[in-house]
Amino acid sequence: MPLASEPCAHTAGPMVPVPFTVTARRQETADTWTLELDPRNGTPLSFDPGQFTMLSAGGAGEVPISISGDPGGGGALVHTVRAVGLATEAICRAQPGEALGVRGPFGRPWPVAEAEGADVLVVAGGIGLAPLRPAILTLLAHRERYGRLLLLYGGRSPEQLLYTAELDEWAQRGLEVSVTVDSAGPEWLGTVGVVPRLVARVDFEPASAAAFVCGPEVMMRFTVAALAEAGVGSDGVYASMERNMQCGIAQCGHCQLGPTLVCRDGPVYRWSELEPWLAIREL
Amino acid sequence: MQGLDDLIAASPTFAGLSPAQLELIAGCGSNERFDTGAQLFSEGAAANRFFLIRHGAVALEIETPGRGPLTIETMHEGDVVGWSWLFEPYKWQFDARATAPTATVSFDGACLRGKCESDHELGYQLMRRFAASMLDRLQATRLQLLDVYGNAARV
Amino acid sequence: MSQPEGYIVERDALDGLLAALCSRGYTVVGPTIRDGAIVYGEIESCSELPAGWTDEQDGGSYRLRRREDDALFGYNVGPHSWKRYQLPAETRLWRARVGDDGGLLELAETPREQPRYAFLGMRSCELQAMDILDHVLGGGARPDRSRGVRREDVFVLAVQCTQAGGTCFCASMGTGPTARSGYDLALTEVLEGDRHYFVVDVGSERGADLLDETRHEPAGPREQDSAAGARACAAEQMGRELDTQDIRELLYRNYENPRWDEVAERCLACGNCTMVCPTCFCTSVEDVTDLAGEHVERHQRWDSCFTVDYSHIHGGAVRSSTRSRYRQWMTHKLATWIDQFGSSGCVGCGRCITWCPVGIDITEEARAIRESEGTPDAGS
Repeated sequence: MPLASEPCAHTAGPMVPVPFTVTARRQETADTWTLELDPRNGTPLSFDPGQFTMLSAGGAGEVPISISGDPGGGGALVHTVRAVGLATEAICRAQPGEALGVRGPFGRPWPVAEAEGADVLVVAGGIGLAPLRPAILTLLAHRERYGRLLLLYGGRSPEQLLYTAELDEWAQRGLEVSVTVDSAGPEWLGTVGVVPRLVARVDFEPASAAAFVCGPEVMMRFTVAALAEAGVGSDGVYASMERNMQCGIAQCGHCQLGPTLVCRDGPVYRWSELEPWLAIREL
Repeated sequence: MQGLDDLIAASPTFAGLSPAQLELIAGCGSNERFDTGAQLFSEGAAANRFFLIRHGAVALEIETPGRGPLTIETMHEGDVVGWSWLFEPYKWQFDARATAPTATVSFDGACLRGKCESDHELGYQLMRRFAASMLDRLQATRLQLLDVYGNAARV
Repeated sequence: MSQPEGYIVERDALDGLLAALCSRGYTVVGPTIRDGAIVYGEIESCSELPAGWTDEQDGGSYRLRRREDDALFGYNVGPHSWKRYQLPAETRLWRARVGDDGGLLELAETPREQPRYAFLGMRSCELQAMDILDHVLGGGARPDRSRGVRREDVFVLAVQCTQAGGTCFCASMGTGPTARSGYDLALTEVLEGDRHYFVVDVGSERGADLLDETRHEPAGPREQDSAAGARACAAEQMGRELDTQDIRELLYRNYENPRWDEVAERCLACGNCTMVCPTCFCTSVEDVTDLAGEHVERHQRWDSCFTVDYSHIHGGAVRSSTRSRYRQWMTHKLATWIDQFGSSGCVGCGRCITWCPVGIDITEEARAIRESEGTPDAGS
């Protein structure tokens, strides 16, 4: 009696994690680590800035984490992870030599190519800088294709800023960096205040500018308002959104955001398309 | 005092005032510079002046036992520093310290209060502008209060 | 591939079709009575079909009642849908041993040991539902088809409805009551006097092949008419109606309609509707380990947007009120599904109405929202 059984597929299904080895580990803040990963078998992960993977450590669970590495590098897969639950805590405990499971990459990326020829503002709040780092590296790698490049970055306090060692290097490569914190002690000689307030203090050509924004939703809404006041319409603003994600392949239904699925139609959205939906409470 | 009218008119806070009004305000003002670390005013002291930052940076701070001074907000070119001169008991609630070499136009609060009392139109125009700045800062402060980076995470 | 003429298979020759399917290695699944309801289960002969039974359905109510004849398919749809074969309620996707370095060793995906299924008794709405669900599960950039049957794997012996149920509204959704394609064979049951036969429409070559295994003859115009008449009965009896004109724009305009508050007072957020719905596809993915953490399995199981956890992100649920969750389900089914997947998610089978413990009726909610706008219907 013939049965329709199939042997295990030669290429594993999309729900099977691909093993990567931790090659480096760096603590960014009290609860955030950056990990560098190499694939155990096969080629490095090719991705576009703004995409994410589903990351897992052993059996502790799987979570969507933005990729923070250089898309043009062909180098390590980089993830900056904040330890806030079982899965992320397990991931953040992984030492060099240990394994993590990776599925992906998934999602719609930052439109770096479409922004060519204009000024680009990268606006990041807190860990929101992690999904924007690949965009920054791409913009800097093709510096001549853009007008002014600006980074407006805000965090809770000076101790909670990410990639602080790199900010100077980026500034030297042509990124105008403005940093602010919500509160600080006297040793902080920089700006104290919220990110939206930085928008009015920087110079750029708003009519054609593109803005890539990532951070807590409240911060993004205030930032978009400040950008609008500065003359950047919501057509030129892109934001990275977040919802509950479990499969990454548009099958489990959890990441629905109105008429879209964040894993497939996002996480990067054009603000003008997103705006009417964000106005609906408990959408 | 000649250049002061222009300096004041150039700032967003005082934009749109008539030349006569600008002259009135300039009459209460003077240039004042602060080196890095110099105190503009201290908590508890009499609030008789306020400052328009021409360039540099000023940190609004509050002293806390055990943690030293905490910075609440930094203010920059075009910002007005100090509101307590507007209302009784005319006492500063916070400290203000220059965090960079800072050039300001400093205004005599009592002088300006007097002019507003006798010229209500001037008073109205100034209050409107101060109210707009305060609203702006209140909204920013509320966002700071939400501590949005505290709980939000990409898990 | 359907031939216009049609064939007649007498009642006593129907068993031949089932026997032929079994001998060709198919596992036949069809309607059968269990626990007071007509459900889908593996059957081997027509004696297991609910001959002489019908169902009476209304909001929050389902009863079986004896018919006055011996019709084999004289009822509509029950709590089961064919979704349970396309998307099993619980699957283990893979299992592995956890190595000392946290790596997964000996990872074994669960093999696709699927019987070859023949579905007997699929209704038009169910064929549509299967297509819709197949598109959701298989239409993405990187679909996971490792579990459940695909539409093309199944041999379909459809049954044309000759009556409509109390909660049916397939006519409104354009999904029935008559199936036009997508089946290998389609049967219309006819009982007239002491004659009991089926007019069979052939939908594929393998359907034609199977038909050759049992006694059949071309259907004459009289039998064709009887069958057409029986099918027309179903179209006239629809228990419910849903005006689908601009339904997407209607719901997009009405996210803050007070009707959502009203339905939230009745809705228990029990999720029954999502379980019985033939197109609801939401699943949760969970990694489970043994106590020592040495073995891990990844499971996928049916989930429901009615649970609070469904929309959980860092510290809270996006949709914590029942109001928002009912709104999400209904708006998804009738509106946002269209933007996400290119068609409506609803086939008008009425299960959600029947199996809601408090009888919430999606057609009534849609009507209430439309009427609250105060503009006259542009015609249905």
